Amino acid sequence: MSRRIIGPFNRVEGDLEITLETTNDKIDSAHVTAPMFRGFEHILQGRPMMDALSINPRICGICSVSQSVATATALRDALGLSATLNGQLGTNLVHATENLADHLTHFYLFFMPDFTRDVYADKPWFDASTTRFAAKTGAGAKAVLAARARLLHITGILAGKWPHTLAIQPGGLTQSPDDGACMRIKSVLADTRDFLQDHLFGQPLEQISSMKDRQALDKAIDVALSAGADFGRFGQIARDLDLESQGLGYANFMSFGAYQFDQGPAFSAGRVVNGKPLALNSNEFTEDVANSWYAGEALHPAQGQTIVNADRQGAYSWSKAPRVAGNPVEVGAVARQVVAGHPLVMDLVGAGGANVFSRIIARMVESARIVVLMEDWMQNLEPLAPICSDTPIDPDQCGTGVGLVEAARGSLGHWLNLENGRIQSYQIVAPTTWNFSPRDGVGLPGAVEYALQGTVLVDDDKAAAMVQHVVRSFDPCMACTVH
Amino acid sequence: MAALTAEDRGLIQALKAFDVNLLWHPALSLETGVEALDILNDVLDGRHTLDALCIEGSVLRGPTGSGRFQMMPGSDQSMAAWICQLAPLARYVVAVGTCAAFGGIPMADGNVTDACGLQYEGDVQGGLLGRDFESITGLPVVNIAGCAPHPDWITETLGLLATDGLDKDQLDTFARPLFFANHLAHHGCSRNEYYEFKASAQRFSHLGCLMENLGCKATQAAGDCNLRSWNGSVGSCPDAGFPCIACTSPGFESPNDTFQETAKRAGIPIGLPVDMPKAWFIALAALSKSATPERVKTNAVSDHVIVPPARSGEKT
Repeated sequence: MSRRIIGPFNRVEGDLEITLETTNDKIDSAHVTAPMFRGFEHILQGRPMMDALSINPRICGICSVSQSVATATALRDALGLSATLNGQLGTNLVHATENLADHLTHFYLFFMPDFTRDVYADKPWFDASTTRFAAKTGAGAKAVLAARARLLHITGILAGKWPHTLAIQPGGLTQSPDDGACMRIKSVLADTRDFLQDHLFGQPLEQISSMKDRQALDKAIDVALSAGADFGRFGQIARDLDLESQGLGYANFMSFGAYQFDQGPAFSAGRVVNGKPLALNSNEFTEDVANSWYAGEALHPAQGQTIVNADRQGAYSWSKAPRVAGNPVEVGAVARQVVAGHPLVMDLVGAGGANVFSRIIARMVESARIVVLMEDWMQNLEPLAPICSDTPIDPDQCGTGVGLVEAARGSLGHWLNLENGRIQSYQIVAPTTWNFSPRDGVGLPGAVEYALQGTVLVDDDKAAAMVQHVVRSFDPCMACTVH
Repeated sequence: MAALTAEDRGLIQALKAFDVNLLWHPALSLETGVEALDILNDVLDGRHTLDALCIEGSVLRGPTGSGRFQMMPGSDQSMAAWICQLAPLARYVVAVGTCAAFGGIPMADGNVTDACGLQYEGDVQGGLLGRDFESITGLPVVNIAGCAPHPDWITETLGLLATDGLDKDQLDTFARPLFFANHLAHHGCSRNEYYEFKASAQRFSHLGCLMENLGCKATQAAGDCNLRSWNGSVGSCPDAGFPCIACTSPGFESPNDTFQETAKRAGIPIGLPVDMPKAWFIALAALSKSATPERVKTNAVSDHVIVPPARSGEKT
């Protein structure tokens, strides 16, 4: 058996190190280390409750809005408020903007550049891949950065700036868009639709969002390939490298429900375990610290503690290990679309589980669906209707609040406890804490640790390309993980 | 990450205009793991020149001085140790963001991670590299403060450094480039008429000035946020209805009271506009309040314009 450490693992948000144990170049076990501790839960303790709205977005430079939305949701719950309909629409527009930007960033800047590695130089798709996806210089990278910057104008218009807006409040947004602002948002959405249709998919978004099965997917990939679109390039590479056989995850998926409205989320909440739908029950959550540099034992996040013990025996990460009824789960676009019942993603996962291929396809499908949803929400946004609830906030509020939302990378939960308007405790479980957790007290590996098992490394490949593909197929955000 | 939206064309295009080449970038470079460490080691061994070392994020020195709160992945050294080795080899050292500049949010409330900036700990010079540190070109650490900094502050500073166009006298007392630090975030605020008449918002979503009640510090904070605006020149914090929290300032993480409310003593905001004698402020505020047009007074506490401006030649 030999041991190999990969770090700094870049093109992810934050710091990541992975230790692999291999026999004859096949991975027997993987240990994921989050080598950083940031202390946000300590910083929040004792602060006035509304300060969480300023502090929490700063947990992350890439999913900042998700942290905002989770904070506002948890405070709304604790304060017993409701947001206005316009406020819900505006919040979801700002949130969807970030999530779509993250999916595009992931595909073009984080995931695809690994297919320009020298190890693939003899592949028929190598030249095209390099032209399009080469890190820093690829035509696709340049195009997506411009498209992404344009897309984030929606955040500028509705929420002042990206990242780190304070516009998302428990009762709605801090600013009401006028007719002009609404037209500007619609114009940005039209450009975003064009980018996705022209560069990414080579076909209408509705073709992508309505794919029902493998046959429809194969056809869409062929259409994209002949149109010279990037989705086709990915499909071609995935077929050639059989990415569907790589990075098989746990068949245990969870979603907190994305883009929530009073009448329910646009993508439903729940779990799917071995193909069977289950209701979401957050009472079953625990955060285990048996292999993390913290003192204590597995606790529900509402009672959770974050007590540093850098000398804990056997510990190897600053990430805790969240579990549902003792089981590791996978979260993210693939989990969200399975739970939401998207036919194609269910078909792919039913046949081959969550793997490098189905995780990417789920993100693509979701990207198309997000634009269609946003266009729809814009039809309902009423410039003169109230954007923020005028119900007064009790400055001495006591009690608990929970905010469960879906970030681009999966389920994000905030649990807070207020005493006389101050934060008595605040616990955060981020998407990548679920996916990149270390082992728990009974030795069950986290989702990516499990998915790496069995991966075969190729000789003379310094970067271990397949490990890069498997790890990045999850789109980790380590900054959030170690809040 | 903020930098990726630079100049509305993306970081790569924006830097290309200034002939800046990224030797290694954690989000953009192909090189990972050993490949990335090889690049850094080549710098240490003198095989690569390092024009600018750009650091994002606070330096975490804890627990108990070990730096184990932030280890460089793939190495058994802390990030702090790597920075200390690389900084003396760089022509310029740049702190990107208030965390790297002054310590930022992680320094708040007890500073559990023993965080600091590269050359400051809050508003006190020192930090990781020490008050006397100068990079090869004789400059202190250049602080592109802001949480997050405007993406164009980053690309424009790097562009200036690439042409050796930034001297000590183009930095303010906290080593922030003057081209943005010479302004107050208040300059160009779209709510200025409400500010002038002290017509204040009572709660979020109101159109009025955010200074009197809702915590806005734009009249005290460095930045040209409202002159150049954000994300396609369409937004800013006060423009979108939430307060400037002075994120370019050391110590912004620990406000007097809370971020979203104005700290007051005897009904007067504690933080008054810089350079303004308190007595004058109070006198002028009282005067302008008494002269506030009905239109401004009404709209200040509404979430959209209720009373439009009177047009010349029209009856009101």
